[in-house]
Amino acid sequence: MYKIQARHVSLYYNDFHALKGITMDFLPNTVTALIGPSGCGKSTFLRVFNRMNDLISGVKISGNVMIDGEDIYESKKDIDELRKKVGMVFQKPNPFPKSIFENVAYGLRVNGENDKKFIEERVERSLVQSALWEEVKDKLKKSAFELSGGQQQRLCIARALAIEPSILLMDEPASALDPISTAKIEELIYELKKNYTIIIVTHNMQQAGRVSDKTAFFYIGELIEYGDTKEIFTNPKNPRTQNYITGRFG
Amino acid sequence: MKMKLEKHTNKKKQLKQAIAFNLFRLMSFGVVAVLAIILLFIIVRGASAINWTFLTAMPEEGMTKGGIFPAIIGTFYLIGGSMLFACPIGVLSAIYIHEYTKAGFIKRFIKLMTNNLAGIPSIVFGLFGMTLFVNTLGFGDSILAGSLTLGLLSLPVVIRTTEEALKSVDDSFRIGSYALGATKLQTIRKVILPIAFPNIITGLILSIGRVSGETAPILFTVAAYFLPKLPTSIFDQTMALPYHLYVISTSGTNVEASRPMAYGTALVLIAIVLIVNLLANGLRRYFGNKVKMN
Repeated sequence: MYKIQARHVSLYYNDFHALKGITMDFLPNTVTALIGPSGCGKSTFLRVFNRMNDLISGVKISGNVMIDGEDIYESKKDIDELRKKVGMVFQKPNPFPKSIFENVAYGLRVNGENDKKFIEERVERSLVQSALWEEVKDKLKKSAFELSGGQQQRLCIARALAIEPSILLMDEPASALDPISTAKIEELIYELKKNYTIIIVTHNMQQAGRVSDKTAFFYIGELIEYGDTKEIFTNPKNPRTQNYITGRFG
Repeated sequence: MKMKLEKHTNKKKQLKQAIAFNLFRLMSFGVVAVLAIILLFIIVRGASAINWTFLTAMPEEGMTKGGIFPAIIGTFYLIGGSMLFACPIGVLSAIYIHEYTKAGFIKRFIKLMTNNLAGIPSIVFGLFGMTLFVNTLGFGDSILAGSLTLGLLSLPVVIRTTEEALKSVDDSFRIGSYALGATKLQTIRKVILPIAFPNIITGLILSIGRVSGETAPILFTVAAYFLPKLPTSIFDQTMALPYHLYVISTSGTNVEASRPMAYGTALVLIAIVLIVNLLANGLRRYFGNKVKMN
């Protein structure tokens, strides 16, 4: 029933203990917000689910992470396959220096898809899903760099959606964007929830309140409190959670 | 009293600023001036020697008359041959160093060795090329041996500039590609190399500039004092511009009589390097635009 189950996840950057035994379950088709002051480990925890931390030298991880009942850290796990299933959107929009079309098609191509018609259909569908299609349908061959920051971020979301992941990780996806673009991304998250399990890291309390069903508060590598967003924001159990969301520290 | 002090230090500050500024300006203008004088000197002395015959005819009468066609052709052969050798090896090893090795002993060791390779005097390369390619491998004095020697010489430049080009590719592109399930090889081929390509090209062409002017490495490996006909295979000797210049300036049949020929040769050599550099800039701009469009 749970989409993702994390059990006693600990992570070290060399000697630094970044995550201290996190246990957390994620329901499918929900948006979970990870909040907490900078350096609390929320982004690191997010990157546990698509094994992006593996790219950093000196990282050691222990514990268990199950996605759809499969241990993603078992020794013969195909990491490229995992990343197909777990899409990611980054803080800063990072489209490739390719055309709008090729940016979205990239994930399909590297995963061995060659059927031109299939790629075209999937690119269009992904751009529609990310609410960008109307703005770019006449300039698919143009460079992605000609788009505004907000459009680039929606392009990156389309790029992630094109390979049909079931989980979407978002690392402060709107922090580099203006308020209007931010509102668009938030609307989009609400829409995408129907088909995806979304985990979003955010520094913006209002955003967490607006888009998420569940909220988890992290503090210095520990999960302090996790529950329904409404509950966390109106009636936090832990005084540290309360202090953080009311802006008294962090 | 205090006011006065401030005024004084202010003036002193401004004077220091002015001195520093003018010193910097003088130095940079000086560099440009030296370059301009060298160019002017060669052009003034060499221009009179340049004409169609000079560029397209064989040398005549003990290299005091006629043209330098075989030397021009030979230089192009050597550029082509050395690049054919240095480009793939240099670019591939730079990819290995920058994209595959983790920080540590192996990376430091390889970098140390390539940097040392860059510091070896070119005459030593010539000696090494003669021993290995000409004698041990039995290529003889040939375009092949000369190209390989020049290729070795330009390897560190190619490796270094390719590495710099790869370094300038932002990590967010790599991470974005991995996040879509791309393998490392796919990421390098489809994302990183296209972005780095314009800068890699620039590096390659800069090393062409170096290769085309080197005399010492070709001295024992390929260069001919005089050849009555053009080379027909990679196992033939060839004439080359820098060596030809050296020969007719020092040990020709009549050094004084061939002086104008020498300046003409120098001018052609400089022109080739200049054209190659301009070409590099053009290519970089062209591919720079293309990368954004694709």
